[in-house]
Amino acid sequence: MKAQFWILLVVMAVTTYLVRMIPFTFFSAKIKSKYIRDVLYYIPYAVLGAMTIPHIFYSGGSTQASVVGAVVAFVMAFFRFSLIAVAVTACVVAYFSGMIL
Amino acid sequence: MKYTYGLKKGIPIALGYLSVSFGFGISAVEKGVAPLGAVLISLFNLTSAGQVAGVTVMVAMGTIMEMIAAQFVINLRYSLMGIALTQKLSSDFSFLKRLVASFGITDEVFVMAASEKGEITPKYMYGLITLPIIGWTLGTFLGAFSGSFLPEGIRAALGLAIYSMFVAIIVPPARDSKPVALTVIIASVISSVHFYLPYLKEHISGGFAIIICALIASLTVAKICPVKEREEEINK
Repeated sequence: MKAQFWILLVVMAVTTYLVRMIPFTFFSAKIKSKYIRDVLYYIPYAVLGAMTIPHIFYSGGSTQASVVGAVVAFVMAFFRFSLIAVAVTACVVAYFSGMIL
Repeated sequence: MKYTYGLKKGIPIALGYLSVSFGFGISAVEKGVAPLGAVLISLFNLTSAGQVAGVTVMVAMGTIMEMIAAQFVINLRYSLMGIALTQKLSSDFSFLKRLVASFGITDEVFVMAASEKGEITPKYMYGLITLPIIGWTLGTFLGAFSGSFLPEGIRAALGLAIYSMFVAIIVPPARDSKPVALTVIIASVISSVHFYLPYLKEHISGGFAIIICALIASLTVAKICPVKEREEEINK
């Protein structure tokens, strides 16, 4: 690997760390605005929703297998199965769906 | 909150990461990155979208500015999450402890920590980030050095792991709270619009799209459904 590769690797790591570190470390005021606090309350769910849909439908090989796996994950999550149980079952179902479909 | 409690909460995240980073290890090596390079990228960056973009820049021997811009935009959501988490930190979370704990803020770590009841302690954060860091790095190692031995069908199915984990995190609270469900639906719809419109997909990166979706959804829902004080207390 060329030197440029390792330089870019270091630049990448430093940038990623600073983006994480600066706000977390230097922001210490308690937010007074009720509205902003409400926004922060909803953000994690919004982030996960945006990351999951529609990408989950293309994440496990063929679209058909991924959709079947996603539906299984949704039903299991609805009935409050644990994170690991949902993830493992969805993968296994997607694997076998991929072989059949 | 104890270290071991955080550690336990990190197990499902680490398992999800193991399979996702496995895929990253395979693809990075296929693109021409040395296996050791791929492992170091994962150890130091701990992020999926940012790393994929980073490898693209590296393989193309891009400029330093290009790398900084790409990482900044794609990872900007961690800044937002960091600010949200500061609202829940215990008073013994000193400057140095924040320097250490911030290294491990990822989407999943954030969601896990943000949904804890009560304050977040340094020990809990250390516990929470330990296994995800190990899982992410180990998965990359396994993928980079042995990915080509695994049958294609298994490799493909493993890609579903992290997303079904997301589903398992958001569906139960969405079932209990209509505003939370609404937030998830709005974010998903905007994310899909971005994904399926080629013009938007070409001009707005995945990481930046997540920021836009998250902000529109949460700003809107916070406006029309203020969190009830009691509920807010429970979730703090």
